[in-house]
Amino acid sequence: MILDNQLPIIFAGLMAFSVLVYAILDGYDLGVGLLMPMDNEPQRDKMIASIGPFWDANETWLVLAIGLLLVAFPAAHNVIFKALYLPAAILLISLILRGVSFDFRAKVIAEHKNRWDRVFKIGSLGSAASQGYMLGMFVMGFETTLVAVAFSLLSAVGVTMAYALIGACWLIMKTEEQLQVRAIAWARKAGFISFIGIFAVCLINPLINDAVFARWTQLPWAYFFGLIPLLCFGFFVIGYYTLKRLPLKDDSGCWLPFVLCTCIFTFSFIGLALSFYPYVVPGEITIWQAASAPESLRFILYGALVVIPCIFAYTLFSYRVFWGKVRNLEYY
Amino acid sequence: MADVMLLSRIQFAANISFHILFPTITIALCWLLFYFKVRFHISDHPVWMRIYRFWVKVFALTFALGVVSGITMSFQFGTNWPGFMEKVGNIAGPLLAYEVLTAFFLEATFLGIMLFGINRVPPWVHTLATLIVAIGTSLSAFWILSLNSWMHTPTGFEMRDGVAYAVDWWAIVFNPSFPFRFGHMMLASGLTACFLIVGISAYRILRGDNKKAPNIALKTGLFVAAILAPLQILMGDLHGLNTFEHQPQKVAAMEGIWETTQGAPLLLFAIPDENNRTNDYELAIPKLASVILTHDPEGEIKGLNEFEGEHPPVRPVFFAFRIMVGLGILMLLSAWLASFVLWRKKTLPKFALKFFVGMTFSGWIATLAGWYVTEIGRQPYLVSGVLTVADAVTDIPSGNVVMSLVMYLSVYVFLLIAYIKTLFYMARKSVQIEEYELAKSSLAHPFNEQEASA
Repeated sequence: MILDNQLPIIFAGLMAFSVLVYAILDGYDLGVGLLMPMDNEPQRDKMIASIGPFWDANETWLVLAIGLLLVAFPAAHNVIFKALYLPAAILLISLILRGVSFDFRAKVIAEHKNRWDRVFKIGSLGSAASQGYMLGMFVMGFETTLVAVAFSLLSAVGVTMAYALIGACWLIMKTEEQLQVRAIAWARKAGFISFIGIFAVCLINPLINDAVFARWTQLPWAYFFGLIPLLCFGFFVIGYYTLKRLPLKDDSGCWLPFVLCTCIFTFSFIGLALSFYPYVVPGEITIWQAASAPESLRFILYGALVVIPCIFAYTLFSYRVFWGKVRNLEYY
Repeated sequence: MADVMLLSRIQFAANISFHILFPTITIALCWLLFYFKVRFHISDHPVWMRIYRFWVKVFALTFALGVVSGITMSFQFGTNWPGFMEKVGNIAGPLLAYEVLTAFFLEATFLGIMLFGINRVPPWVHTLATLIVAIGTSLSAFWILSLNSWMHTPTGFEMRDGVAYAVDWWAIVFNPSFPFRFGHMMLASGLTACFLIVGISAYRILRGDNKKAPNIALKTGLFVAAILAPLQILMGDLHGLNTFEHQPQKVAAMEGIWETTQGAPLLLFAIPDENNRTNDYELAIPKLASVILTHDPEGEIKGLNEFEGEHPPVRPVFFAFRIMVGLGILMLLSAWLASFVLWRKKTLPKFALKFFVGMTFSGWIATLAGWYVTEIGRQPYLVSGVLTVADAVTDIPSGNVVMSLVMYLSVYVFLLIAYIKTLFYMARKSVQIEEYELAKSSLAHPFNEQEASA
């Protein structure tokens, strides 16, 4: 039997998991949007085709994550989105523009297609940057000081680059020939900047947050925590050498950058999550203070235990259906 | 404070009005797509695939607009209405969570297969994917309408220290107004999709498209509408009786009844005067309102006088109700008449086609009008008798809301124009596609036709 005071932990875990899955899945399709080359229409078509069947379900993870925050930790949802009102509005409008241009581009007169592609690119940029900014604000405890804004802007650049990186890695896996070569070059550039970004956050976060500093330096946990950035940088090094050698003749290993990138995302996220647990609003509200009534959480949990495995099953099925290199755009 | 409340209300109304346009189409359109697909399997006639291919593209575009405008909704509760989740989050939260878990992922994932997977999965899997997306969209409507109905007729909860706690989930989900609201909305979606199909098909025929596909689509849309329209009027009546029982002040506003009356007349037209609490320019049928609501010509209907200070603004509810009912009757008559003509003569005259082009988005107007009746009719409450709108609103600076509102409104206007223009552009483009040849080759490879890239 699950105790009442364990429920917030379970829901915090579920929410963290949704955020991570969102960052990886929508990360790659936002990244593909960021990278859209305005000088090459066939490549753009291919890139769009590679994310076509997935983007919608990917974005649903954001709805789930925000939904879980809303229903499991309503008090925190209120504080967070009051503080992030405008960045959230920009995120939403960017997501709207991006989502619709995906469909409009294929259905309007040819001369307007370029325009919608540009909207798609700008929407992807707006979504990625506002998410990064919001993450920065979260880390800074929603302060409005100059330092906090500067850090959030840095975080906006970092997250945008990380999405570009995972988008490029997705393309390396899903495409061939020139586009793949181009994606490898993108991945190297984005990887370089992401590396600097993550490194900077690793240094700055403990320096400006006393609580985080205490957690990361407290023995014996420090040994365990120290592993996380080490592993992360290890993946970067492997990725660097992998990208140097790709593409191989038989295209083996084309999936490796994407897997490495997923690992980098996962460990960076675990690092962040461990910095702040059990706070859902850093330094102010813990998951127990923000949680809804146990009878409501329990009612959701029973359903979630049945439904989430099903979601996994059919998500895997969908990825299996569209397995392999992307084919030319076949609209419906 | 009042400023933030007014702005937040406008913003919420704008967001949800824009959002509802698209699900209203997709919920029913997906069932119709499933029907087209099944007809194709049964007959093997390529015309059904043609119809499917055209309408699945419309579906994809509409669905995308619905998804992205829906994401906005999940943020709105926290950003503008924090009091809502504080007071009734224990009830609203799980219903929203179930919508995401059981419906959103299902429809979003299988949509990918439905749109792009036709050559990658066996035909029956593709048809199954279409069916699953249809079930997903309907499930989504189920949960959100359950929550909305609970806000009108809350049951199955208890208040402790000013916060609602769930007592009986069954009573919450299947609250008194839910079956009627759900039925009413599903039928509204059916009519909206039918009149969209009829309107666009009529437009294609007027543009000189003499292929089979638009004619068959037109006929299907009209026949289905002819069946759904009377059902909708019946359902609307039941819904009205339910409202009369649980929210009499809303019915009083809908009917413009200021004083409690026995044998109340049905007002066909009037201009309610909120200041003097009376109506001007009444055009009425004696006793009919009492007959409809109480099945007794002398039945008593409670007037707005019994709810002073607690009843909704009368004018918007009164007029929106008449717009909805008027459109409903127009839909019924036109669908029946046109179905009859089609049954006897096989084609519709030109003026009738033009009329149906004009009716393309009539479902949108009727649906919005209906929602305004029920939602404005709940004012000043957000959750009837439990939470007022004023107690739920945020306290952020109104400047922020102005900024977000301006951004949303401009994006919505732009997208609405783009959507409608694109629909008609797609219709014109499909006119140019040539009629398939009923040769064996095209029957054997119905997927390799030219329009696959169109």
